[in-house]
Amino acid sequence: MAPVVDTDLGAERRLTGAFFLVAFVALFVGVVTGLFQGLSHAGVDLYSWLTPLVKSYYHGLSLHGVMNVLVWTTFFICGFVPFMAARAYQRPLASRALGWATFGLMVVGLLIAGIPLLQNNATVMFTFYPPMKAHWAFYVGLTLVVVGTWLVTLNLVLTHRAWRRQHPKARTPLPAMMALVTFIMWTIASLGLAAEMLVLLIPWSLGWVQGVNPLLARTLFWFTGHPIVYFWLLPVYLSWYTLVPRQAGGRLFSDPMARASFLLFLLLSTPVGFHHQYTDPGIEQGWKLVHTFFTFAVFFPSLLTFFNVVASLEIGARARGGKGLIAWFGKLPWGDPSLAAQVLAMLTFTFGGIGGLINASHSMNLLVHNTTYIVGHFHLTVGTAVTLSFMGITYWLVPVLVGRGLWSRRLALTQAWLWTVGMALFSYALHSLGLQGMPRRTWIAMATYTQPEWGELTPLIGIGGAIMFVSAMLYFLNLLLTWLASQEPAPIPVEFADAVSGPEAAPVFLDRLRPWLVLSAIFIFVAYAPTLIHMILETSANVSGFRVW
Amino acid sequence: MAKNDTTLYLYELAWILPSVALPVGMLAALLVTAFGAHIHLPGQAATLDPAHIDTTSPFDQPGLVEVGVGRYEARIIAGIWFFNPPEIRVPEGSEVTFVGTSRDVIHGLFLPDADVNVMLIPGQVTRITTRFPKAGEYTFICHEYCGLAHHTMAGKVIVEPLE
Ligand code: HEM
Ligand SMILES: [Cu+2]
Ligand SMILES: [Cu+2]
Repeated sequence: MAPVVDTDLGAERRLTGAFFLVAFVALFVGVVTGLFQGLSHAGVDLYSWLTPLVKSYYHGLSLHGVMNVLVWTTFFICGFVPFMAARAYQRPLASRALGWATFGLMVVGLLIAGIPLLQNNATVMFTFYPPMKAHWAFYVGLTLVVVGTWLVTLNLVLTHRAWRRQHPKARTPLPAMMALVTFIMWTIASLGLAAEMLVLLIPWSLGWVQGVNPLLARTLFWFTGHPIVYFWLLPVYLSWYTLVPRQAGGRLFSDPMARASFLLFLLLSTPVGFHHQYTDPGIEQGWKLVHTFFTFAVFFPSLLTFFNVVASLEIGARARGGKGLIAWFGKLPWGDPSLAAQVLAMLTFTFGGIGGLINASHSMNLLVHNTTYIVGHFHLTVGTAVTLSFMGITYWLVPVLVGRGLWSRRLALTQAWLWTVGMALFSYALHSLGLQGMPRRTWIAMATYTQPEWGELTPLIGIGGAIMFVSAMLYFLNLLLTWLASQEPAPIPVEFADAVSGPEAAPVFLDRLRPWLVLSAIFIFVAYAPTLIHMILETSANVSGFRVW
Repeated sequence: MAKNDTTLYLYELAWILPSVALPVGMLAALLVTAFGAHIHLPGQAATLDPAHIDTTSPFDQPGLVEVGVGRYEARIIAGIWFFNPPEIRVPEGSEVTFVGTSRDVIHGLFLPDADVNVMLIPGQVTRITTRFPKAGEYTFICHEYCGLAHHTMAGKVIVEPLE
């Protein structure tokens, strides 16, 4: 792929940088609240230090969930993915004005939602299940953020169209195709959340209607709530497929397989939400089983990704003199913090993936649902596979954005390893405690039913959590000094990797989105329509709201 | 070149096949164990109006009811921040069907030692059956965040030894 004339993307860089700034602030709030939770579980309760800012354990936990998985991820992705698309198309975004308007809308939404959240008027967790009732501004603000993400989709589609007019015969560049699929998948998936907000929660919280159907709201939430994990993961895969192979000194193994896996994610990400509702009443077992089936089906593109990425890493390592069946792994350029962080994220993700299959199995789920096992699980996935990969990406991208070299490679390497080690301890303890029946979303330090044997592992939550916190602080320090104080020369941006089996070999249907979208709509309809219709017709389930915190 | 392409193609196939086979195999194993072990999840039981819960059967009379030899129904109402009744007693070896709902926000009913793990959602009735083969005390806890005192919401099944 020819190098991009990066000076042409100056405006895109500033936009990406703006999104990243908000993302970093969110992550900062996220890890501070995380530290207090981890220490609290370990018996060191420091919440009194945080009053009057944080009013309770649950107030802190609501901040933690929203800031980490709704704000840090979303803002990072909306900054990163369009930038990658612009580089791949080798042209600016279709509308820079739209890009900035999107950013403005999302920040306004965040502020509107953030005020009640900070003031303890939305201590409803990031899942905000009604009939727990937050201040209306919380719902309105989050909805604006979602609308903002749709505008990103629009801009990407317009950019694709403009590029296509000039290149009627060319294959869509792989990173651009991935960017497009990520946002189109998300736009479909977010319709559940949008419906929940616009039809149920906003009118109810404003007092326009008296009641809400809690099960229907919850179901609409999980319509979006599972595929949102693919909204976090696909941008990570974009990096693993199109940049990491180059950073590892090799090439992507198979471009057609990469395209196929993204299309399968587009197809299969959404009709799976009931796997978060196995333990709910009011949904027939048969339909739960249908969602189990789709959940295992999405495992197929995940495995394709795993094999393809590992094969690409191997190509890189062998080109650097790596030998043996496994030993080549040591020959990866481990001194590059961007690569090291992302490979560590992959390793962690392998464990997370295995754990996820247990959650997805509808019988095993009974053991672990709503226990700290789940908390252990998603700190491996979104908390590490995604977060540590994003950190790795920023180790090359932030220097490019600010035009100065990374302040310290060594500090960055230390940071990535610390996160991995801290997370291993932290999540091991949470997994085991969950299997011993420790519930999540619970102020364990004050619980009336704590079991003595929990005490053997709870210290590890505090120790692991503290290590992660230190790692996060080193991360912020390094980025800040890169921005303000680095004397290192500006780096050359990482280029997209070539493929061993290139796009020429890919069947053309892998470039056409429309048939996949139609199929995806059919799957979603089959998986959801009967249950949703049944719930909507159920009028007795009309519940007024409660403020219980 | 052509030969090279075929090798690549075979390579790709070598990755694709296990990627299909693994989930299919696991799904099959899952189905066999799920049906073989008679594991049941809550399904559509009944709905009610939570505003009238105290006059709606069976929640007008919460508590334990014997429905057959060694078989009981435990009717439980969850509300902030306790279960009604907070304690039930059954003889060793009983089969107990929990019939639960919530009068306010969403709660959970979790008996880690008896494989009960369900949600109690206002407006919906949750039914789930389990057995207590061994005498002892079994704590049940609310494992869905339900407000400021969520961590104090728990109850007990006391399984009494047979004489
Ligand atoms: C210093 C790093 C972190 C520490 C020490 C930490 C600690 C914790 C702890 C102890 C809990 C469980 C609380 C409970 O269930 O009662 C928790 C929940 C959670 N964490 Fe973290 N965390 C950290 C970073 C992250 C990151 C980076 C993410 C995601 C990007 C994340 C996402 C979440 C989510 C989504 C929850 C669940 C919130 C809920 O139940 O509503 N955490 N965290
Ligand atoms: Cu899920
Ligand atoms: Cu509770």
